[in-house]
Amino acid sequence: MHGIGNYFIFLGNLFIKREAFRTYVKQILDECIKVGIGSLVIVGIVSTFIGAVTCVQTAFNLVSPLIPRYVISLVVRDMTLLELAPTITAIVFAGKVGSNIAGELGTMKISEQVDALEVMGINSVSFLALPKIIACLMMYPLLVILAGFLAITGGYVAGTLTGVITPQDYIYGIRADFQEFNVIFALIKSFVFAFLIASISSYKGYFTKGGALEVGQSSTSAVTNSCIAILVADYLLAQLLL
Amino acid sequence: MIEFRNIKKSFNDKTVLHGIDGVFRSGRTNLIIGTSGTGKSVLLKCMVGLLEPDEGEVLFNGRDFTHATRNVRREIRRDIGMLFQGSALFDSKNVEQNVMFPLDILTDMSKEDKLERANFVLQRVGLENINKKMPSEISGGMKKRVGIARAIVNNSKYLFCDEPNSGLDPMTAILIDNLIKEITEEFDITTVVVTHDMNSVMEIGDDIIYMYQGQKLWEGNSQNILSTRVPELQEFIYSNKLVQALRDEQQNNKI
Repeated sequence: MHGIGNYFIFLGNLFIKREAFRTYVKQILDECIKVGIGSLVIVGIVSTFIGAVTCVQTAFNLVSPLIPRYVISLVVRDMTLLELAPTITAIVFAGKVGSNIAGELGTMKISEQVDALEVMGINSVSFLALPKIIACLMMYPLLVILAGFLAITGGYVAGTLTGVITPQDYIYGIRADFQEFNVIFALIKSFVFAFLIASISSYKGYFTKGGALEVGQSSTSAVTNSCIAILVADYLLAQLLL
Repeated sequence: MIEFRNIKKSFNDKTVLHGIDGVFRSGRTNLIIGTSGTGKSVLLKCMVGLLEPDEGEVLFNGRDFTHATRNVRREIRRDIGMLFQGSALFDSKNVEQNVMFPLDILTDMSKEDKLERANFVLQRVGLENINKKMPSEISGGMKKRVGIARAIVNNSKYLFCDEPNSGLDPMTAILIDNLIKEITEEFDITTVVVTHDMNSVMEIGDDIIYMYQGQKLWEGNSQNILSTRVPELQEFIYSNKLVQALRDEQQNNKI
């Protein structure tokens, strides 16, 4: 409970007496490149293969001749939009970006760089964490959109190459019974997950005490706590919005 | 001028500072000395606001810093420069960006003016042609100089140095000590240096406070420190072989 209380105080400090917004602009752009462009490869690989595997495994499980083949791509589409693109990518994102944020802030903390900011009269919490959170909020939804596209494309490639579904059936399936809200739902999830990953990782990194060992522990803790928060938020959002 | 009154600080049940008073005047290099674990750095951190004292107050030119509002604190802090033990340069910025950083954040100066000011202070601390180097590419002594340049770039009125020559070879340590003293006098800064290096004490100590187990045991300067009658301070001073030799020589001359 103490940790959760401190986390909310930390969130409050993000906005109290922060520097002028122009101070953050360059930092936000730098963070966007680091967070967004830096995650493209891993997000691309993971989502493409997850889409491919989902397609092949769905085909494997659909043994009844009464079920039309286009259902395979329909399942791939809905699974991708509802769960795989926002949630699995979030786990990957937490592992890559979350650990990086916690490691960076933790190292700054133990090498007195955070103290140097405080001595200058700068609100170190908002100066260091706010650009990272804003960058994640800007870039993660874009990564989710990309992940969704690549997963569905991965399913198409795997499905057609292995012969479990024809290209025509696949295209028909991904267009059948389409609900626009699923896309909105995926984007809502992506904003929530991005905030949780960036803020929890910043919090864990900022309060690092000790030396190199503790920086490693903070990174690990940032990833595990972010993953737990993502799964809890995933359940709550599904209950509330679906 | 910095004045601190009855500063007390405890961590859990351990009292680290037992009510310390003192005054540090401007244009002078004020030293806080003592063995490791006596609370020197804690006192320094209480003064700059990195730690909150349990009791007591710190005044910068008569303005109460300890009980001030957040805005007043920010205002006072903008007159404070600090050189950290490990230099605390920002890893992601090069030397020039590190020095310009306080100007970027705290002033509305044009880029040309900021660059000119950064180059001026870098030259003043004896560093040229390393503007584009990253902190990881320069030596420990250079990092300390960059740290000093960053601390004074915004025309700071107060300079705090936490063990400025730790980890440096004796020659570089003397250079850094002398640089701190020169800058203090040249820019009329109130400088506070925490150290346990007797060479620094003898070299730059205009005013000295000796701390022992969280208390101020002695106050004086580098001229009268060797004639102290405080046993704990004598033990601290003469643990240094060079000072020991100096005392022996003085005693032999008297005989």
